[in-house]
Amino acid sequence: MIETLLAPLQYAFMVRGMVAAVLVGVVCAVLGTYVVLRGMAFFGDALAHAILPGVAVGYLVGGGAREPLFWWAAGTAVVSSLGIGAMARSARIKEDTAIGIIFAGMFALGIALISTVQSYTVDLTHFLFGDVLGVRTTDLLLSGGLGVLIILVVIALYKEFMVLSFDPVLARTLRLPTRLLDNLLIVLIALAIVVSLQTVGVALMVAMLVTPATSAYLLTRRLPVMMALAALFASFSGVLGLYLSYYFNIASGAAIVLTATAIFALIWAGTALRRRIAGASAG
Amino acid sequence: MALFKELKKTAPYIHGGSPHAEDEPILRVSGISLRYDSGRALDNISFELRDRERLALVGPNGAGKSTLLKIIAGVLEPGAGKVSIRGYEPGGHICIAYVPQRSQIDWSFPATVADTVMMGRIGRIGLFRFPRARDWEVVHQALELVGLQDLARRQIGQLSGGQQQRMFIARALAQEAELVLMDEPLTGLDATSQQDIFTVLDSLRDRGVTLITAMHDLEIAAERFDRVMLLNRRMIGIGRPEEVFTPERLIEAYGGRVRMLPGAAPSLTIDDTCCEECHIHD
Repeated sequence: MIETLLAPLQYAFMVRGMVAAVLVGVVCAVLGTYVVLRGMAFFGDALAHAILPGVAVGYLVGGGAREPLFWWAAGTAVVSSLGIGAMARSARIKEDTAIGIIFAGMFALGIALISTVQSYTVDLTHFLFGDVLGVRTTDLLLSGGLGVLIILVVIALYKEFMVLSFDPVLARTLRLPTRLLDNLLIVLIALAIVVSLQTVGVALMVAMLVTPATSAYLLTRRLPVMMALAALFASFSGVLGLYLSYYFNIASGAAIVLTATAIFALIWAGTALRRRIAGASAG
Repeated sequence: MALFKELKKTAPYIHGGSPHAEDEPILRVSGISLRYDSGRALDNISFELRDRERLALVGPNGAGKSTLLKIIAGVLEPGAGKVSIRGYEPGGHICIAYVPQRSQIDWSFPATVADTVMMGRIGRIGLFRFPRARDWEVVHQALELVGLQDLARRQIGQLSGGQQQRMFIARALAQEAELVLMDEPLTGLDATSQQDIFTVLDSLRDRGVTLITAMHDLEIAAERFDRVMLLNRRMIGIGRPEEVFTPERLIEAYGGRVRMLPGAAPSLTIDDTCCEECHIHD
C-alpha cells in the first residue's frame, strides 16, 4: 500500500504535478464557490475557451517558452472577461448569447493560430486537455504567486463578494462599488483559469470551477465551510487523479476531472438517499 | 495597489451618517419620473415624509411601487426629478434600508440568519475589514428585537416566510437604517405572521425609524399606516386613508377591476392578481 503511494513520488515531475494540481484545486474551488452561487458556470467555461488565441500567440511569439505563454494567456483572459462582462451589460443582447458568440469566435481564432504550426496536434492537445506532468519549477512559481494573490484578494473582500452574490441591491444601498467588484471577481476567475491552464487545459477547466464547489454546496449551508470543503475536494481530486493517471495510464487532466466528478456523484447520491430516508421516517 | 486605492475612493463608507440639517424632512421626493423602453414608467411623483411616519404604497401590479422604492434607495437613477434624504442625495447615505420581496432572494444561499443580518453592517465595518465583537453584538441585539435570537444559526432557507421577513427587518436594524423601504413584506403570509411583523414594525417606530411599505391589502394599509399613497405610474392620491381611498380614486388606480359592493356605501372589492378580494371599509 505504502509502496503504491510512494512509487510515483520518486519522479520529480510527479511531485511537481501534484503540487500544481493541489494549487489549482484550491484556487479554482474557492473562486468556483462564487461561480456556482452566481450561476456563472457557462461564463467560466466560455472564458476558459476564449483565452486560447492568447495562448497561441504566446506560443508562437515565445517559440515554446513558458513565460510569454503565461502572460499572453493572462492578458487575453482579463481582456475577454471584461469584454464578455461589458457585452452582457448592454441590453440589446442576452448574456448567454453574448457569451456564446465571443466564446466560439475566440476559440476558433485560437485553433486557427495553432494550426499554422507544424506540430499542431500534440501542442493543441496540451492546451485543450492540459499537461500537468510537464509542469516545470518556473511554472509552479508563476502559478503559485498568482494563486496566492487571488486567494488574498478573495479573503480581503470576502464580505463584499458575499453581499454582491447574495443581494446585489443591498450592496448598492450600502454604497459598495458594485461595478468595480463585479469586474474584479470576473478578472479573478480569468486569472484562476490561467493558473489552471497547464493542469486541466481549457476544455475541462469549468469542471475545476464548478464540480468541487457544487459537491461542497450539497454538504454545507455556510459560505466559509463551502469554500474550505471545495478546496479539500479539489486538492484530493488532483492528487488521486494523478495516481490514477500514473497507474492506469489515463490522461492526467481527465483523471483529475473524473475523480472530482466521482466525488460529486457520491455526495449527490448520499444526500439524495439521506433526504429519502428522512422523508420516509417523517412520513 | 492602485486598484485598492480606487476601491477605497469609490466606496465612501459613512460612519455615523452625513451631517444632517435637523429641520429637513427625512425624505423629500420632487418630480420623480422614469421611463423604461418597455413602456412602464413613473410620472412626476412628489411627496415628503416626516420622521417616524409610516407610509403605505398601494397600487396594482406594474404600478411602479418597486421602482419608486428603488429610486428612493438610490439603486435606480430617476430619469428626472430629485430624491433627498435630509437634504442630501441618497448616494451619500447608508442609512436607507431596502427590504426586497422574498421571491427576489436565493433562499438556498449558504448563509445563516446571523450571517445575513451581519450583511447589513458591512457599510459600517468598511472595506478589507472583518466584523468585530461590537458588530456581532449589534447583530444579536437586532435578532432579539425581532424575536429570532434562537434561530441565529439556522440556514436562511429553513425559516418560515414571516421569519424571513423579520430577519430582513433585523438586517435593516443592524444597518442602523433611519428610513426602511419594504417591498410587499406581507405577500404570502398568514394573519399571525403579519401581526408579528407589525409588532416588530411598531418597535421600529419607537426607535425613530421611518417606513415606506409597498403592499396590496387596502384594509391593512388603512388600519396600520399614518398615510397611504395610491400609485399607478402617477400619484393618484396621498394622505390619510379615508381621504385617499375614495371610490373615484380607487377606480382611477385600479381601472375596471374595482367592483362596488352593494350595501355599505364606500365598501369596495378590488380584483388584483396578487390579492383576489381586498375589502376596504372606511
